[in-house]
Amino acid sequence: MTWVNAVIQGLLLGGQYALIACGLSLTFGVMRIVNLAHGDLAVCGAYLGLVLSAALGVPVWYTLPLVLPAAFCVGLALQALLFGRALRHGELAPVLVTFGLSVMIENLLQVAATSDPRGLNGGTLALASFRLGRHITVSWLFMTAFLTACAVLSGLQLLLSRTSWGRKVRATADDLDTARLVGIRVRPVFATVAGLAVATAALAGVFIGTIGTFDPLAGASTLIFAFEAVVIGGIGSLWGTLAGGMALGVTQVVVGQINQAYAVLAVHLLFLAVLAVRPAGLFAGHQAGREVRGLRALG
Amino acid sequence: MKRSRVKRTKAAGGGAGRDAAVGGAAGRDAAVGGGAGRDAAAGTEQPVAVSRWSRTATGFTGVAALAVVILAAVPYFVGGPAEQPLITLLTFVAMASLWNLLAGFSGLTSFGQHAYLGLGAYALYLVAAHGVNPFAGIIAAAIIAAAISLPVSALVLRLSGGYFAVATLVVAAVFQIVATLSPSVGGTTGVSVPGLAGYGPVLREALIYWATLAVAVASVAGVYLLVRRTFGLDARAVGSDPVAAASAGVRVGRIRRLAYLIAAGGAGAVGALIALQTLYVEPTAVFNIQYSVYMLFMVLIGGMGTIEGPVLGALVLFALQQALSSYGAWYLVIVGGLAVAATLVASRGLWGLASERFGWSLLPVGYRVRAPRP
Repeated sequence: MTWVNAVIQGLLLGGQYALIACGLSLTFGVMRIVNLAHGDLAVCGAYLGLVLSAALGVPVWYTLPLVLPAAFCVGLALQALLFGRALRHGELAPVLVTFGLSVMIENLLQVAATSDPRGLNGGTLALASFRLGRHITVSWLFMTAFLTACAVLSGLQLLLSRTSWGRKVRATADDLDTARLVGIRVRPVFATVAGLAVATAALAGVFIGTIGTFDPLAGASTLIFAFEAVVIGGIGSLWGTLAGGMALGVTQVVVGQINQAYAVLAVHLLFLAVLAVRPAGLFAGHQAGREVRGLRALG
Repeated sequence: MKRSRVKRTKAAGGGAGRDAAVGGAAGRDAAVGGGAGRDAAAGTEQPVAVSRWSRTATGFTGVAALAVVILAAVPYFVGGPAEQPLITLLTFVAMASLWNLLAGFSGLTSFGQHAYLGLGAYALYLVAAHGVNPFAGIIAAAIIAAAISLPVSALVLRLSGGYFAVATLVVAAVFQIVATLSPSVGGTTGVSVPGLAGYGPVLREALIYWATLAVAVASVAGVYLLVRRTFGLDARAVGSDPVAAASAGVRVGRIRRLAYLIAAGGAGAVGALIALQTLYVEPTAVFNIQYSVYMLFMVLIGGMGTIEGPVLGALVLFALQQALSSYGAWYLVIVGGLAVAATLVASRGLWGLASERFGWSLLPVGYRVRAPRP
């Protein structure tokens, strides 16, 4: 029964990884930017939630109407000030710029908030749980994080497939130049995508901060887990990212059940194994498969 | 397409090789096409003069050689107090040059080079524990790091750009966890480097200094000599556009692997030096991402894809470190801001600005074409 419990907890944990990873997937899919500061932006979201919930004296959930729009605006600003400019300097510049940004954010947070680990006030939800059968207890907090991840992914999927904005995004992602030729204004598309990506990162950061603790340097490991979820799931597929996140979560919890010291190592090794055996990801979309195959043909 | 290999002679007119953007092939085609240029030039009285070296470059090489001799003499004349900061500076120079080979020339932005730094440190401990002289162990550490990087490259080079960058971070994390979980190398507490007890403190310090100087000079000179060859053109072609490079006959996979291997071996040697300097190998200290961050910042500020830039970047970072040491974490915020600004405003860094402005090329890797006087 402990194993069933471990798998269930792992699947729920995977939801958190998917929530943080979907923004990464989105920025890469549309703008071809791997935002190496994505994890740090999530941690910034958690700190913002911390400051606001302390100032207003409410659980962190009530600060979300302030945190999410703020994060969206940060995304818009980053796109206008950094990412857009970096894209004009070739393929490597965004990688260098976002990594530089990540180092700056981590050190700014250290200056502003010291390196002490913090946790967020999750209110009554943080302590509530329900039972599945006789032996399995599921925390409502984990469940909420998982359901939120599913809702965000479905929402993004609906936005992308049903709205005119989504059509523009998909056209831009497919072929930037052709999209421009048919009259799509690419700049607002990029800006909104960056905004959404940072907003989802901040939302994920709030969950991470409520479930566990965070410190200024937590962004790096957050980024690595999100990235692994994206690659295992298959670059460019949102549902693949959820599946990838669940694969990570189950691996982490099940191996952790045996020996906690090996849990993170097992996740990294799973990622490297997928890279070795199926570099297009376990649940790869058509486009991603083609891209990766193209790269391999070069190598 | 079978590539034609044209031996570049002074008259071959391969001048386009300099700064060729989609480098290798373009440069080489220019060299092939240079035959026509030679015919045309033969018609006039004065042929186009193509040379690699300029008077500035020759003079600078002399100055650089003299500087190395002076640096080598430091332990005799100044001794201890000057050695410590110079060791830091020379370690910076080696790290920057090697990272530049990887990212600046070959387009492989690895942020996980601390994986091989740590590996080199542990390799030094292991060979020293088996009775090898620790200073000879530096070479062994480089070889071990390069050997381990070979299978790793087969995995991470399947990705490119930002995905490659994060995959290298994962590799570094794996190495660190494995070191932490291995009781034979001290687990989380680490181990002290054996085999140095026979040296007096002054001699030991001087030997470490000379070893660091040797690794720094070997890194800069090695990267320079490598980039002057066909490899340099190929690597720059791969760095600026792998698809175009592949279609022009450059073997992209092999060039990338070679660059990754050399950078890993060099990082292994630097890691061994760090272990010798601190006399202690501890996972969180040697697998510290800070090293990779420094590499990035030095190369971006100094000038990516130039030989001189990383050395300049190392000097700048060293100076900033001294000047801003009292500001704590602000120091990296400022340096990070400079690096981001350099990427967006001056993609060839400080050295790029200087060499564009004044036409300097102290360690030329391309060719200069001088038009015949009218």
